[in-house]
Amino acid sequence: MIDTIVIIVSMIFIILGALLSVISAIGLIRLPDVYTRAHAASKSSTLGVMFMMFGVFLYFLGRDHHFEPTLLLAILFIFTTGPIGGHLIMRSAYYSETPYTETTVRDDLNIE
Amino acid sequence: MTNDIVNIIIIIALIIVACAMLGIVYRVIKGPTLADRVVALDALGISLMAMIALFSVLLNTKYYISIIMLLGVLAFLGTAAFAKFMERGEIVEYDRHNRDHR
Repeated sequence: MIDTIVIIVSMIFIILGALLSVISAIGLIRLPDVYTRAHAASKSSTLGVMFMMFGVFLYFLGRDHHFEPTLLLAILFIFTTGPIGGHLIMRSAYYSETPYTETTVRDDLNIE
Repeated sequence: MTNDIVNIIIIIALIIVACAMLGIVYRVIKGPTLADRVVALDALGISLMAMIALFSVLLNTKYYISIIMLLGVLAFLGTAAFAKFMERGEIVEYDRHNRDHR
């Protein structure tokens, strides 16, 4: 009984993660700027993949009682390195003078 | 009974993630600047990790899990190397004190 409940929760997590991944792709297509696109890509796809991996972890835990610590380590690793990767790329894109949209009103890094 | 439902849900999730990867590939091809392409390739690597996790559920094995960790490390290293290349023009800088010995 409890195994069925755990498997159902894991399926819910997997579907939610897939939908978050699709939202990340839509943001990557439709947003107008490099910086906004990186905002969509780093946050949403990181959370989506974390949800899916937690779903897979719960599935293996619920179906044959197998505790897989590598998946927890992978979740922790993505949670640390996904935003760091986005930050590095955006920093180098700013310093190599990638243009932003015309509707940008404020640039705090531009010290004159 | 439960296995069939799980398989159907996993296949649906795989199709959804594959559509997301197609959108990301569109941004890789079209993206106007280099930073767009690097961001999209980073998201593509992370989505590939999710696809491998879903495939390990679908194929009913646990031996694909270590590949996920390896792929995450490789994706982060590639992103960091590309960011450094875009900023400074070289990835591994040689030491300043050894400059005349090279």
